[in-house]
Amino acid sequence: METFAEVLIILVVLTNLKLLGSSRATACIRTVAAQGVLLAALPLVTSGDAITLRMIAQALVSGTLKAFVLPFLLLRATRGARAGRELAPFVGYTTSILLGVALMPLALALGRKLGVTGPAGADLLAPAALFTLLVGLLIIVCRKQAVTLVVGYLAMENGIYAMGLAFAQREPLLVEMGILLDVFAAVFVMGLVARHIHREFDTLDTDRLSSLKG
Amino acid sequence: MSAAAILHLLIAFALAPLMTGVANRVKAGFAGRTGAPVLQPYYDLARLLRKGAVYSTTTTWVFRLGPCLGVAGAAAALVVAPWGGGRATLAFDGDLLFFAAALALARFGTILAALDTGSAFEGMGASREATFAALAEPSLLVGLLALARASGELSLSGIYHALTPGHLAAPGGVAVLLVAAAFGIVFLAENARLPVDDPNTHLELTMIHEAMALDHGGPDLALIHYGAALKFWALGTLVAGFVAPVHDGAWTALAAILGGMFLLSVAVGVAESVMARLRLAKVPNFLAAAFALSVLALLLSAHAKGGS
Amino acid sequence: MNLPLALVLLPAGAALAAFLTRADRPRRVLLVATAATHAALVIAGWARGATGDDAEAWLGLGPAELPFLAATSLLFLAASVYGAGYLAREAAAEHVDHEEGFLFQNTREAAFTGGLLLFLATMSLVAVSRHFGLLWVAVEATTLVSAPLIYFHRHHRSLEATWKYLLVCSVGIAFALLGNFFLAGALPRGASHVPMTQAVLAENAARMNPAWLKAAFVLLLVGYGTKMGLAPMHTWLPDAHSEAPSMVSALLSGALLNGALLAILRAHAVCVAAGLGDFSGGLLVFLGLVSMGVAAAFLIHQTDYKRMLAYSSVEHMGVMALGWGVGGAAAFGAGLHMMGHAFTKGMLFLAAGNLLAIWRSKQTSEVRGALRAAPASGALWLTGFLAISGLPPFGLFLSELRILQGLVAHARWTETALFLAFLAVVFVAMARVFLRMVFGEPSAKGETPLRLREPISAVLPPLALGLGALVLGVWIPSWIHSALQGMGLMLGGGR
Repeated sequence: METFAEVLIILVVLTNLKLLGSSRATACIRTVAAQGVLLAALPLVTSGDAITLRMIAQALVSGTLKAFVLPFLLLRATRGARAGRELAPFVGYTTSILLGVALMPLALALGRKLGVTGPAGADLLAPAALFTLLVGLLIIVCRKQAVTLVVGYLAMENGIYAMGLAFAQREPLLVEMGILLDVFAAVFVMGLVARHIHREFDTLDTDRLSSLKG
Repeated sequence: MSAAAILHLLIAFALAPLMTGVANRVKAGFAGRTGAPVLQPYYDLARLLRKGAVYSTTTTWVFRLGPCLGVAGAAAALVVAPWGGGRATLAFDGDLLFFAAALALARFGTILAALDTGSAFEGMGASREATFAALAEPSLLVGLLALARASGELSLSGIYHALTPGHLAAPGGVAVLLVAAAFGIVFLAENARLPVDDPNTHLELTMIHEAMALDHGGPDLALIHYGAALKFWALGTLVAGFVAPVHDGAWTALAAILGGMFLLSVAVGVAESVMARLRLAKVPNFLAAAFALSVLALLLSAHAKGGS
Repeated sequence: MNLPLALVLLPAGAALAAFLTRADRPRRVLLVATAATHAALVIAGWARGATGDDAEAWLGLGPAELPFLAATSLLFLAASVYGAGYLAREAAAEHVDHEEGFLFQNTREAAFTGGLLLFLATMSLVAVSRHFGLLWVAVEATTLVSAPLIYFHRHHRSLEATWKYLLVCSVGIAFALLGNFFLAGALPRGASHVPMTQAVLAENAARMNPAWLKAAFVLLLVGYGTKMGLAPMHTWLPDAHSEAPSMVSALLSGALLNGALLAILRAHAVCVAAGLGDFSGGLLVFLGLVSMGVAAAFLIHQTDYKRMLAYSSVEHMGVMALGWGVGGAAAFGAGLHMMGHAFTKGMLFLAAGNLLAIWRSKQTSEVRGALRAAPASGALWLTGFLAISGLPPFGLFLSELRILQGLVAHARWTETALFLAFLAVVFVAMARVFLRMVFGEPSAKGETPLRLREPISAVLPPLALGLGALVLGVWIPSWIHSALQGMGLMLGGGR
């Protein structure tokens, strides 16, 4: 079980690298969806025999949301847009990957400093969560396309979710569902706005949004 | 130095060109052609060796040195390259650096020779080769470092000897898989294979490795081809070592590595048949991924060992 | 049914009804009626006294919540009256953009009204949530409901403002969520399953891990500080305030920013209980002064009067952060400032909406002679300026004086000097703009629409808000006084 958890965590890290390296918005959406599913499955793997019905329900809700609902919303926003490829991001893809590589030891050092052991076999969870968070931020800073920025936001959210797992922090069910609902609503609203951006400017690049200054 | 160790070296020298032949044959099969005989690379080498060489007046001795350095470097790397169960002809602490440096020396020679011609195409090829190598080499070194950290050994033979199937289940064992993936990418890039370079291309603008050899002819070209084949073998042992970690007797190990190399050639042929080449601008991305995998593996193995 | 929950569910239900109502007129009546009922409930709640003294209760209505909730509710009432008239005037299918001359449409009125009511519901939830997790959910919800409100006029500038608002605030709030996890992580091992309410955490504060608590506070401060408009995380604020319809700007400035402040203060209170008050207070003071400084810099030569009001909000949020960070008398002042600023800035934004409707320009250079061209709005604009600058006899004068008292009492001379200097710069910068707009001959562009479009629904709400700000300056009823003192104690101002 422990190796399995470790593999899941490393896959999460790899999805982050994939996020940094892919130029296609649709690929980013699918990758972040996969990341969400991996993280939703993680508590089921780490808790071994102590799986409760509530945990399964939560994994199902969160997995469904991140695997189907959110990608659907985002893919809908890219439809019809020439969102296939981002040609000139603020920071290139290779550079992004190398920046990501530089963030890895940082996240590891920070995660260790926190001293969160996490559940059994998942002592790398806190560093991986921090890494995901940082990668999400990096994407938000480095990219232009509205949908890719939302993907960055989702990666951040995934990182925070993973951080919650590392703390073995059980929020009350109501709050957890509230958080999921908020994430859903955020992506829904952002997807809508992205569609409006596309309609208004015929592109999803947000560098056209630059008339407000001062 | 056992007899088997010497034998391995001799086998490598003898069979290296065969691997290209196997890969080409597999590709031909996928394309529905009969394809050239498996031994075609040998015929080519023999043909080239019989020819004379023409040297442009603009070239100097550097141009003639290049192919020799290419073969010498690759051969030197082969000496420490581990095979079946992690036995190399020579093994000493830190030979992983020697391995990388020998390959770098080979590349250095080829690049210098290409630049010496003063031709635009060769200069372009040299520039690309240097760029991609600058990204591939760190991946190789960091990956080796990760393996060294995981096994606690400092020689290639020791590292590959420590690779057992049981190792994968241990904490940090996933790191080995990551290194294997990174080495796979490095292997394809360094040997000018798809998706980085297309060995079959006839368009100079898209060439990388082949572009550097455009002005070479006769024995020089034969040396370059032979050097490339040796490099294929040397890097191939690193990849095949993951696939066939055999620790029994020397002869089973020998059989294992031969089988591994053969499988690797077939795999390269299959991969080249089903993959498309990456756009040149995307290649650094691909190599950066290998680098990221290696760094991640290093961090993981360091973390598993409890150091930092 | 308990009152805090009713305060949330009433506007939420009304929002649903507004979405479904087809006819415009009943929907506008519904908006105002809901706002009035909400305000009446809040006042009734205040009269009844504090409820929910149970430390583990998730919702509560006590001295910490009442002043904030009352300011929000009254501001919303004024904005809804203004909004009913505004929506009637904006009912045309297509509009011409003032600045660039293209045609644009408005969001459907039903959706907009529903959004306004949902905003009230989520703001009420922010106010009454004593549970940190629920508080986070509520604050994020306010972002999501208010984003469509900013995009009422559907054109590229408001779209840009909406996008920036959504993205910057959502990312900020994500940090606050991380802060919540850290807060939970700071709890001692045995107590990791206690409910995360402010009171319970304050009880356990002494046993919490200080390093974790500090990290949690920094994350919460950065996260909610983004929403509150503290510099340097304020970048979304001027854009959103200048492009949103005026009553939405008023609500953002007067309610939304305060809500984020309340969230920060709850974390501050836990820090104070843990003996880390100097750390969290120091950060609040620092960010407060930075905000005042940044706002002062951007106010100089500001050419857009709605942006000017927005930067003024950044400045006043800085004043409040400073006051709470210093504590003591300054905390009382900051609580008063929160209410006074909500009323005053609401009044100013609504008056700015009137000026915008008449002059069709947000440029300060275009508007001249407001007192003659539009006497009521001009007078309100001038009064608002006096009030927002902290001149007597308005509430902000008293609150800034209290904050100054607190600063002097704690002998924080550097902060005192900076505080006064920034206030002076802001006053001069804003005076240049306001006085030129108000006095003199009406400008050329102002003459054409001298139809004096100052309907009663556009004048009465800002006037009422101005009266509120005046009342806070001349006579603070004892029940407000005691509530503000209680608020100071509950939110970590009692140092």
